[in-house]
Amino acid sequence: MRQDHLITATQLSRDDIETVLDRARAVAEDPTAYADRHAGRVLALCFFEPSTRTRMSFDSAAKRLGMDTIGMGDVDSSSVSKGESLSDTVRVIEGYADAMVLRHPSEGAATLAGERVDVPVVNAGDGAGQHPSQTLLDLHTIREDHGLDDLSIGIMGDLKYGRTVHSLAAALTNFDVNQHFVSPESLRLPRSVRFDLHETGAQIREHEELEPVLDELDVLYVTRIQKERFPDENEYHRVAGEYRIDADTLADAPDDLTVMHPLPRVDEIAPDVDETDHARYFEQAHNGVPVRMALLDTLLENAGSAENAEETEADR
Amino acid sequence: MSEHELRVSKIRDGTVIDHVEGGQALNVLAILGIDGSEGHGVSVGMNVPSDRLGRKDIVKVEDRELSQSEVDVLSLIAPEATINIVRDFEVVEKNRVTRPDSVSGVLSCPNRNCITNADEPIETQFDVVADGVRCDYCATILRADIAAHIDV
Repeated sequence: MRQDHLITATQLSRDDIETVLDRARAVAEDPTAYADRHAGRVLALCFFEPSTRTRMSFDSAAKRLGMDTIGMGDVDSSSVSKGESLSDTVRVIEGYADAMVLRHPSEGAATLAGERVDVPVVNAGDGAGQHPSQTLLDLHTIREDHGLDDLSIGIMGDLKYGRTVHSLAAALTNFDVNQHFVSPESLRLPRSVRFDLHETGAQIREHEELEPVLDELDVLYVTRIQKERFPDENEYHRVAGEYRIDADTLADAPDDLTVMHPLPRVDEIAPDVDETDHARYFEQAHNGVPVRMALLDTLLENAGSAENAEETEADR
Repeated sequence: MSEHELRVSKIRDGTVIDHVEGGQALNVLAILGIDGSEGHGVSVGMNVPSDRLGRKDIVKVEDRELSQSEVDVLSLIAPEATINIVRDFEVVEKNRVTRPDSVSGVLSCPNRNCITNADEPIETQFDVVADGVRCDYCATILRADIAAHIDV
Protein backbone atom coordinates (compact mmCIF):
# COMPACT_ATOMS: atom_id res chain seq x y z
CA MET A 1 0.00 0.00 0.00
CA ARG A 2 1.67 3.19 -1.17
CA GLN A 3 -1.06 5.71 -0.42
CA ASP A 4 -1.11 8.55 2.06
CA HIS A 5 -4.88 8.77 2.48
CA LEU A 6 -7.70 6.27 2.74
CA ILE A 7 -10.71 8.01 1.23
CA THR A 8 -12.76 5.33 -0.54
CA ALA A 9 -12.64 1.56 -0.81
CA THR A 10 -12.53 1.89 -4.60
CA GLN A 11 -8.91 3.05 -4.28
CA LEU A 12 -7.90 -0.22 -2.58
CA SER A 13 -6.25 -2.98 -4.58
CA ARG A 14 -6.05 -6.57 -3.47
CA ASP A 15 -2.43 -5.96 -2.47
CA ASP A 16 -3.39 -2.90 -0.42
CA ILE A 17 -6.02 -4.86 1.46
CA GLU A 18 -3.79 -7.84 2.09
CA THR A 19 -0.96 -5.61 3.29
CA VAL A 20 -3.16 -4.06 5.96
CA LEU A 21 -4.87 -7.32 6.92
CA ASP A 22 -1.57 -9.19 7.22
CA ARG A 23 -0.34 -6.46 9.50
CA ALA A 24 -3.61 -6.52 11.46
CA ARG A 25 -3.15 -10.23 12.04
CA ALA A 26 0.39 -9.62 13.28
CA VAL A 27 -0.85 -6.85 15.57
CA ALA A 28 -3.58 -9.09 16.97
CA GLU A 29 -1.08 -11.89 17.62
CA ASP A 30 1.47 -9.67 19.39
CA PRO A 31 0.09 -6.22 20.26
CA THR A 32 3.06 -5.41 22.49
CA ALA A 33 5.37 -5.45 19.46
CA TYR A 34 3.49 -2.40 18.18
CA ALA A 35 3.27 -0.51 21.48
CA ASP A 36 5.08 2.84 21.32
CA ARG A 37 5.74 2.32 17.62
CA HIS A 38 4.46 5.85 16.94
CA ALA A 39 5.22 7.45 20.29
CA GLY A 40 5.33 11.22 20.06
CA ARG A 41 2.92 11.37 17.16
CA VAL A 42 -0.56 12.85 17.34
CA LEU A 43 -3.79 11.68 15.70
CA ALA A 44 -6.61 14.21 15.24
CA LEU A 45 -10.09 12.77 15.59
CA CYS A 46 -12.26 15.13 13.56
CA PHE A 47 -15.83 14.01 14.09
CA PHE A 48 -18.34 16.44 12.66
CA GLU A 49 -21.21 14.17 13.66
CA PRO A 50 -21.69 11.84 16.62
CA SER A 51 -19.90 8.51 16.63
CA THR A 52 -19.11 6.09 19.40
CA ARG A 53 -17.62 2.90 17.96
CA THR A 54 -15.54 4.39 15.16
CA ARG A 55 -14.18 7.25 17.23
CA MET A 56 -13.33 5.09 20.23
CA SER A 57 -11.71 2.35 18.17
CA PHE A 58 -9.48 4.86 16.38
CA ASP A 59 -8.69 6.44 19.74
CA SER A 60 -7.82 3.04 21.19
CA ALA A 61 -5.79 2.04 18.11
CA ALA A 62 -3.77 5.24 18.21
CA LYS A 63 -3.03 4.94 21.92
CA ARG A 64 -1.97 1.31 21.55
CA LEU A 65 0.54 2.54 18.96
CA GLY A 66 1.85 5.05 21.49
CA MET A 67 0.19 8.06 19.85
CA ASP A 68 -1.64 10.89 21.54
CA THR A 69 -5.06 11.86 20.24
CA ILE A 70 -6.79 15.20 20.02
CA GLY A 71 -10.44 15.85 19.20
CA MET A 72 -12.76 18.71 18.37
CA GLY A 73 -15.15 18.08 21.23
CA ASP A 74 -18.80 18.77 20.63
CA VAL A 75 -19.33 20.15 17.11
CA ASP A 76 -21.85 22.64 18.46
CA SER A 77 -19.15 24.23 20.62
CA SER A 78 -16.36 24.13 18.02
CA SER A 79 -15.35 26.69 15.42
CA VAL A 80 -17.57 24.85 12.93
CA SER A 81 -20.56 26.44 14.64
CA LYS A 82 -19.04 29.85 13.84
CA GLY A 83 -19.23 29.04 10.15
CA GLU A 84 -15.63 28.00 9.45
CA SER A 85 -15.32 25.92 6.30
CA LEU A 86 -14.14 22.34 6.38
CA SER A 87 -11.27 23.38 4.11
CA ASP A 88 -10.00 25.85 6.71
CA THR A 89 -10.64 23.54 9.66
CA VAL A 90 -8.55 20.69 8.28
CA ARG A 91 -5.75 23.04 7.20
CA VAL A 92 -5.54 24.35 10.75
CA ILE A 93 -5.64 20.88 12.29
CA GLU A 94 -2.94 19.71 9.87
CA GLY A 95 -0.54 21.80 11.92
CA TYR A 96 -1.55 20.07 15.14
CA ALA A 97 -1.40 16.43 14.11
CA ASP A 98 0.52 13.82 12.15
CA ALA A 99 -2.65 12.23 10.75
CA MET A 100 -6.38 12.84 10.91
CA VAL A 101 -9.53 10.77 10.95
CA LEU A 102 -12.56 12.53 9.52
CA ARG A 103 -16.25 11.79 10.03
CA HIS A 104 -18.51 14.27 8.24
CA PRO A 105 -22.18 14.37 7.22
CA SER A 106 -21.47 15.42 3.59
CA GLU A 107 -20.49 13.02 0.83
CA GLY A 108 -17.07 13.87 -0.57
CA ALA A 109 -15.89 15.64 2.59
CA ALA A 110 -12.91 13.31 2.99
CA THR A 111 -11.95 13.77 -0.65
CA LEU A 112 -11.89 17.51 -0.09
CA ALA A 113 -9.84 17.14 3.10
CA GLY A 114 -7.36 14.88 1.31
CA GLU A 115 -6.85 17.59 -1.30
CA ARG A 116 -6.25 20.27 1.31
CA VAL A 117 -3.70 18.64 3.63
CA ASP A 118 -0.49 16.66 3.41
CA VAL A 119 -0.87 14.54 6.54
CA PRO A 120 -2.66 11.20 6.07
CA VAL A 121 -6.46 11.44 6.10
CA VAL A 122 -8.71 8.50 6.89
CA ASN A 123 -12.35 8.75 5.87
CA ALA A 124 -14.34 7.52 8.86
CA GLY A 125 -17.66 8.00 7.09
CA ASP A 126 -18.88 10.75 4.77
CA GLY A 127 -22.67 10.97 4.72
CA ALA A 128 -24.09 8.12 2.67
CA GLY A 129 -20.79 7.81 0.80
CA GLN A 130 -18.02 5.56 2.04
CA HIS A 131 -16.56 4.08 5.22
CA PRO A 132 -13.43 2.26 4.08
CA SER A 133 -11.76 1.58 7.44
CA GLN A 134 -14.94 -0.25 8.49
CA THR A 135 -14.54 -2.31 5.33
CA LEU A 136 -11.01 -3.31 6.27
CA LEU A 137 -12.19 -4.65 9.61
CA ASP A 138 -15.12 -6.36 7.88
CA LEU A 139 -12.72 -8.06 5.48
CA HIS A 140 -10.44 -9.04 8.35
CA THR A 141 -13.38 -10.72 10.09
CA ILE A 142 -14.41 -12.55 6.92
CA ARG A 143 -10.85 -13.62 6.18
CA GLU A 144 -10.33 -15.09 9.63
CA ASP A 145 -13.44 -17.28 9.13
CA HIS A 146 -13.41 -18.12 5.43
CA GLY A 147 -10.53 -16.53 3.56
CA LEU A 148 -11.47 -13.99 0.91
CA ASP A 149 -11.97 -16.06 -2.26
CA ASP A 150 -14.58 -18.53 -3.49
CA LEU A 151 -17.25 -16.95 -1.34
CA SER A 152 -20.90 -16.01 -1.57
CA ILE A 153 -21.66 -12.96 0.51
CA GLY A 154 -25.14 -11.62 1.16
CA ILE A 155 -25.51 -7.95 2.06
CA MET A 156 -28.94 -7.05 3.40
CA GLY A 157 -30.74 -3.92 4.57
CA ASP A 158 -30.36 -0.30 3.55
CA LEU A 159 -28.14 -0.62 0.51
CA LYS A 160 -28.98 2.84 -0.81
CA TYR A 161 -27.72 4.96 2.06
CA GLY A 162 -25.49 2.45 3.83
CA ARG A 163 -21.94 3.71 3.46
CA THR A 164 -20.49 0.51 4.94
CA VAL A 165 -22.26 -1.39 2.17
CA HIS A 166 -20.89 0.86 -0.56
CA SER A 167 -17.33 0.41 0.67
CA LEU A 168 -17.63 -3.32 1.26
CA ALA A 169 -19.16 -3.98 -2.17
CA ALA A 170 -16.32 -2.08 -3.87
CA ALA A 171 -13.57 -3.82 -1.90
CA LEU A 172 -15.00 -7.28 -2.54
CA THR A 173 -14.53 -6.80 -6.28
CA ASN A 174 -10.84 -7.50 -5.66
CA PHE A 175 -11.70 -11.09 -4.72
CA ASP A 176 -13.50 -14.07 -6.19
CA VAL A 177 -16.80 -13.35 -4.49
CA ASN A 178 -20.45 -13.62 -5.55
CA GLN A 179 -22.29 -10.69 -4.03
CA HIS A 180 -26.00 -11.02 -3.24
CA PHE A 181 -27.77 -7.77 -2.39
CA VAL A 182 -31.02 -8.14 -0.44
CA SER A 183 -33.18 -5.07 0.10
CA PRO A 184 -36.57 -3.52 -0.52
CA GLU A 185 -36.91 -1.98 -3.96
CA SER A 186 -36.72 1.53 -2.51
CA LEU A 187 -33.35 0.91 -0.83
CA ARG A 188 -31.43 -0.79 -3.65
CA LEU A 189 -27.82 0.11 -4.40
CA PRO A 190 -27.30 3.63 -5.75
CA ARG A 191 -26.36 4.21 -9.38
CA SER A 192 -22.74 5.10 -8.60
CA VAL A 193 -22.07 1.85 -6.73
CA ARG A 194 -23.71 -0.20 -9.47
CA PHE A 195 -21.52 1.62 -11.98
CA ASP A 196 -18.32 0.63 -10.15
CA LEU A 197 -19.46 -2.96 -9.74
CA HIS A 198 -20.37 -3.16 -13.41
CA GLU A 199 -17.02 -1.66 -14.44
CA THR A 200 -15.10 -4.31 -12.53
CA GLY A 201 -17.23 -7.15 -13.89
CA ALA A 202 -18.28 -8.13 -10.37
CA GLN A 203 -20.59 -11.11 -9.88
CA ILE A 204 -23.71 -9.58 -8.33
CA ARG A 205 -27.36 -10.55 -7.93
CA GLU A 206 -30.16 -8.58 -6.35
CA HIS A 207 -33.04 -9.96 -4.30
CA GLU A 208 -36.01 -8.64 -2.36
CA GLU A 209 -36.07 -11.65 -0.04
CA LEU A 210 -33.34 -13.42 1.88
CA GLU A 211 -34.88 -16.88 2.02
CA PRO A 212 -34.18 -18.04 -1.58
CA VAL A 213 -30.47 -17.25 -1.33
CA LEU A 214 -29.70 -17.96 2.33
CA ASP A 215 -28.49 -21.53 1.84
CA GLU A 216 -25.83 -20.37 -0.68
CA LEU A 217 -24.18 -17.88 1.66
CA ASP A 218 -20.90 -18.02 3.53
CA VAL A 219 -21.47 -14.58 5.04
CA LEU A 220 -24.62 -12.58 5.75
CA TYR A 221 -23.87 -8.89 6.33
CA VAL A 222 -26.89 -7.16 7.87
CA THR A 223 -27.33 -3.40 8.06
CA ARG A 224 -29.89 -1.24 9.77
CA ILE A 225 -32.81 0.03 7.75
CA GLN A 226 -32.84 3.63 8.79
CA LYS A 227 -36.19 4.84 10.04
CA GLU A 228 -35.35 8.44 9.22
CA ARG A 229 -35.21 7.60 5.50
CA PHE A 230 -38.92 6.87 5.34
CA PRO A 231 -41.48 9.67 5.07
CA ASP A 232 -44.16 7.24 6.23
CA GLU A 233 -43.48 5.43 9.52
CA ASN A 234 -45.95 2.65 8.65
CA GLU A 235 -43.99 1.91 5.49
CA TYR A 236 -40.80 1.72 7.56
CA HIS A 237 -42.31 -0.80 9.97
CA ARG A 238 -43.67 -2.91 7.10
CA VAL A 239 -40.29 -3.02 5.34
CA ALA A 240 -38.07 -3.30 8.41
CA GLY A 241 -39.99 -6.31 9.71
CA GLU A 242 -39.27 -8.22 6.52
CA TYR A 243 -35.51 -7.77 6.89
CA ARG A 244 -35.21 -8.88 10.51
CA ILE A 245 -33.45 -12.13 11.27
CA ASP A 246 -33.66 -14.35 14.33
CA ALA A 247 -32.44 -17.81 15.29
CA ASP A 248 -35.38 -19.40 13.46
CA THR A 249 -34.48 -17.57 10.25
CA LEU A 250 -31.04 -19.17 10.43
CA ALA A 251 -32.24 -22.67 11.27
CA ASP A 252 -31.65 -23.89 7.72
CA ALA A 253 -28.59 -21.74 7.02
CA PRO A 254 -25.22 -23.39 6.35
CA ASP A 255 -23.53 -24.38 9.60
CA ASP A 256 -20.54 -22.14 8.95
CA LEU A 257 -22.54 -19.06 7.93
CA THR A 258 -21.02 -15.94 9.46
CA VAL A 259 -23.49 -13.20 10.43
CA MET A 260 -22.03 -9.70 10.56
CA HIS A 261 -23.32 -6.19 11.25
CA PRO A 262 -21.42 -2.87 11.42
CA LEU A 263 -23.46 -1.92 14.54
CA PRO A 264 -25.32 -0.32 16.11
CA ARG A 265 -28.21 -2.72 15.56
CA VAL A 266 -31.73 -1.80 16.51
CA ASP A 267 -33.97 -4.80 15.96
CA GLU A 268 -32.78 -6.22 12.62
CA ILE A 269 -30.89 -9.01 14.42
CA ALA A 270 -32.80 -10.58 17.30
CA PRO A 271 -30.85 -11.18 20.53
CA ASP A 272 -31.31 -14.96 20.16
CA VAL A 273 -28.91 -14.88 17.19
CA ASP A 274 -26.17 -13.82 19.63
CA GLU A 275 -26.24 -17.29 21.14
CA THR A 276 -25.77 -19.08 17.83
CA ASP A 277 -22.43 -20.02 16.27
CA HIS A 278 -23.22 -17.67 13.40
CA ALA A 279 -22.94 -14.41 15.33
CA ARG A 280 -19.72 -12.56 14.70
CA TYR A 281 -20.70 -8.88 15.02
CA PHE A 282 -19.12 -8.23 18.39
CA GLU A 283 -15.82 -9.80 17.31
CA GLN A 284 -16.15 -7.75 14.14
CA ALA A 285 -16.37 -4.56 16.22
CA HIS A 286 -13.42 -5.65 18.37
CA ASN A 287 -11.38 -6.24 15.21
CA GLY A 288 -11.61 -2.50 14.64
CA VAL A 289 -8.69 -1.89 16.98
CA PRO A 290 -5.99 -4.14 15.44
CA VAL A 291 -7.13 -3.30 11.92
CA ARG A 292 -7.05 0.44 12.58
CA MET A 293 -3.67 0.06 14.29
CA ALA A 294 -2.43 -1.67 11.13
CA LEU A 295 -3.99 0.99 8.92
CA LEU A 296 -2.52 3.93 10.87
CA ASP A 297 0.84 2.19 11.00
CA THR A 298 0.79 1.66 7.22
CA LEU A 299 -0.30 5.20 6.36
CA LEU A 300 2.23 6.79 8.72
CA GLU A 301 4.93 4.58 7.28
CA ASN A 302 3.94 5.69 3.77
CA ALA A 303 3.94 9.33 4.83
CA GLY A 304 7.38 8.86 6.39
CA SER A 305 8.68 7.28 3.19
CA ALA A 306 7.37 10.20 1.17
CA GLU A 307 9.05 12.70 3.50
CA ASN A 308 12.32 10.81 3.27
CA ALA A 309 12.06 10.68 -0.50
CA GLU A 310 11.52 14.44 -0.62
CA GLU A 311 14.51 15.03 1.63
CA THR A 312 16.66 12.80 -0.54
CA GLU A 313 15.53 14.69 -3.62
CA ALA A 314 16.28 18.02 -1.95
CA ASP A 315 19.73 16.83 -0.85
CA ARG A 316 20.81 16.02 -4.39
CA MET B 1 -26.33 27.24 -49.76
CA SER B 2 -29.59 25.53 -48.80
CA GLU B 3 -32.75 27.34 -47.78
CA HIS B 4 -32.43 25.89 -44.28
CA GLU B 5 -29.04 27.42 -43.70
CA LEU B 6 -30.34 30.80 -44.79
CA ARG B 7 -32.77 30.92 -41.85
CA VAL B 8 -30.02 32.68 -39.92
CA SER B 9 -27.74 35.10 -41.70
CA LYS B 10 -24.08 34.46 -42.52
CA ILE B 11 -21.53 35.97 -40.20
CA ARG B 12 -18.28 37.68 -41.10
CA ASP B 13 -16.10 36.44 -38.21
CA GLY B 14 -16.84 34.10 -35.34
CA THR B 15 -18.14 30.61 -34.64
CA VAL B 16 -21.03 28.59 -36.00
CA ILE B 17 -22.08 25.70 -33.80
CA ASP B 18 -24.08 23.37 -35.98
CA HIS B 19 -25.82 20.04 -35.46
CA VAL B 20 -26.83 20.80 -31.89
CA GLU B 21 -29.63 18.53 -30.72
CA GLY B 22 -32.99 20.28 -31.06
CA GLY B 23 -33.87 22.31 -27.99
CA GLN B 24 -30.32 22.62 -26.63
CA ALA B 25 -29.35 25.97 -28.20
CA LEU B 26 -30.07 28.00 -25.08
CA ASN B 27 -28.00 25.57 -23.00
CA VAL B 28 -25.17 26.06 -25.48
CA LEU B 29 -25.39 29.79 -24.89
CA ALA B 30 -25.41 29.15 -21.13
CA ILE B 31 -22.26 27.04 -21.37
CA LEU B 32 -20.57 29.80 -23.36
CA GLY B 33 -21.68 32.32 -20.76
CA ILE B 34 -23.51 34.36 -23.36
CA ASP B 35 -26.53 36.28 -22.12
CA GLY B 36 -26.47 39.12 -24.63
CA SER B 37 -24.66 41.60 -22.42
CA GLU B 38 -21.27 40.89 -23.99
CA GLY B 39 -22.11 42.74 -27.19
CA HIS B 40 -21.49 39.82 -29.56
CA GLY B 41 -23.98 39.36 -32.36
CA VAL B 42 -25.77 36.08 -31.68
CA SER B 43 -28.12 34.19 -34.00
CA VAL B 44 -30.03 31.15 -32.90
CA GLY B 45 -31.94 28.71 -35.07
CA MET B 46 -34.03 26.17 -33.21
CA ASN B 47 -35.62 22.96 -34.46
CA VAL B 48 -34.39 23.48 -37.99
CA PRO B 49 -34.87 20.41 -40.23
CA SER B 50 -31.70 18.31 -40.46
CA ASP B 51 -30.87 15.26 -42.55
CA ARG B 52 -28.63 13.86 -39.83
CA LEU B 53 -30.56 14.71 -36.67
CA GLY B 54 -34.11 15.19 -37.88
CA ARG B 55 -34.31 18.49 -36.02
CA LYS B 56 -31.33 20.53 -34.98
CA ASP B 57 -30.37 23.85 -33.43
CA ILE B 58 -27.73 26.24 -34.81
CA VAL B 59 -25.91 28.92 -32.84
CA LYS B 60 -23.86 31.62 -34.55
CA VAL B 61 -21.68 33.86 -32.41
CA GLU B 62 -19.99 36.80 -34.08
CA ASP B 63 -16.45 37.91 -33.26
CA ARG B 64 -15.78 35.05 -30.90
CA GLU B 65 -13.91 31.77 -31.35
CA LEU B 66 -14.42 28.99 -28.83
CA SER B 67 -11.73 27.73 -26.49
CA GLN B 68 -11.02 24.02 -26.28
CA SER B 69 -12.50 23.82 -22.76
CA GLU B 70 -15.73 25.37 -24.02
CA VAL B 71 -15.89 22.87 -26.85
CA ASP B 72 -15.23 20.04 -24.39
CA VAL B 73 -18.18 20.99 -22.26
CA LEU B 74 -20.38 21.49 -25.31
CA SER B 75 -19.74 17.88 -26.20
CA LEU B 76 -21.66 16.76 -23.11
CA ILE B 77 -24.96 18.20 -24.31
CA ALA B 78 -24.28 18.30 -28.05
CA PRO B 79 -22.17 15.24 -28.90
CA GLU B 80 -22.97 15.55 -32.62
CA ALA B 81 -22.10 19.24 -32.88
CA THR B 82 -19.73 20.65 -35.47
CA ILE B 83 -17.77 23.79 -34.68
CA ASN B 84 -17.12 26.02 -37.66
CA ILE B 85 -14.67 28.88 -37.28
CA VAL B 86 -15.51 31.67 -39.71
CA ARG B 87 -13.13 34.41 -40.85
CA ASP B 88 -14.11 36.96 -43.47
CA PHE B 89 -17.25 34.97 -44.34
CA GLU B 90 -15.25 31.79 -45.03
CA VAL B 91 -15.26 28.62 -42.90
CA VAL B 92 -11.56 28.25 -42.15
CA GLU B 93 -11.87 25.41 -39.65
CA LYS B 94 -14.49 22.74 -39.16
CA ASN B 95 -14.27 20.42 -36.15
CA ARG B 96 -16.41 17.80 -34.48
CA VAL B 97 -16.55 17.97 -30.71
CA THR B 98 -14.83 15.26 -28.70
CA ARG B 99 -15.67 14.14 -25.20
CA PRO B 100 -13.13 15.28 -22.58
CA ASP B 101 -11.95 13.11 -19.69
CA SER B 102 -13.28 15.58 -17.15
CA VAL B 103 -14.94 18.97 -16.78
CA SER B 104 -14.28 21.48 -14.02
CA GLY B 105 -16.41 24.28 -12.65
CA VAL B 106 -19.25 24.13 -15.17
CA LEU B 107 -21.73 21.69 -13.64
CA SER B 108 -23.30 21.71 -10.20
CA CYS B 109 -23.76 18.43 -8.40
CA PRO B 110 -27.41 17.40 -8.06
CA ASN B 111 -26.68 15.67 -4.73
CA ARG B 112 -27.65 18.28 -2.17
CA ASN B 113 -25.55 16.49 0.42
CA CYS B 114 -22.39 16.66 -1.69
CA ILE B 115 -19.58 18.68 -0.14
CA THR B 116 -19.50 20.82 -3.31
CA ASN B 117 -22.90 22.18 -2.25
CA ALA B 118 -21.77 22.98 1.29
CA ASP B 119 -20.44 26.51 0.85
CA GLU B 120 -16.81 25.37 0.62
CA PRO B 121 -14.23 27.19 -1.53
CA ILE B 122 -14.23 24.40 -4.06
CA GLU B 123 -14.71 23.97 -7.82
CA THR B 124 -16.87 21.10 -9.01
CA GLN B 125 -15.07 18.40 -10.93
CA PHE B 126 -16.80 15.70 -12.97
CA ASP B 127 -15.26 12.74 -14.72
CA VAL B 128 -16.82 11.95 -18.08
CA VAL B 129 -18.03 8.35 -18.07
CA ALA B 130 -19.66 6.14 -20.69
CA ASP B 131 -23.02 7.88 -20.89
CA GLY B 132 -22.76 10.76 -18.49
CA VAL B 133 -20.59 12.48 -15.93
CA ARG B 134 -19.63 11.55 -12.38
CA CYS B 135 -18.90 13.88 -9.46
CA ASP B 136 -15.32 13.47 -8.24
CA TYR B 137 -16.41 14.19 -4.69
CA CYS B 138 -19.60 12.23 -4.02
CA ALA B 139 -19.58 9.91 -7.09
CA THR B 140 -23.11 10.91 -8.12
CA ILE B 141 -23.69 10.06 -11.77
CA LEU B 142 -25.55 12.46 -14.02
CA ARG B 143 -26.88 11.22 -17.35
CA ALA B 144 -29.82 12.58 -19.34
CA ASP B 145 -30.27 15.71 -17.28
CA ILE B 146 -26.78 17.18 -17.59
CA ALA B 147 -28.03 20.42 -19.15
CA ALA B 148 -30.17 21.10 -16.07
CA HIS B 149 -27.02 21.29 -13.95
CA ILE B 150 -24.94 23.64 -16.02
CA ASP B 151 -23.60 26.23 -13.61
CA VAL B 152 -21.94 28.91 -15.72
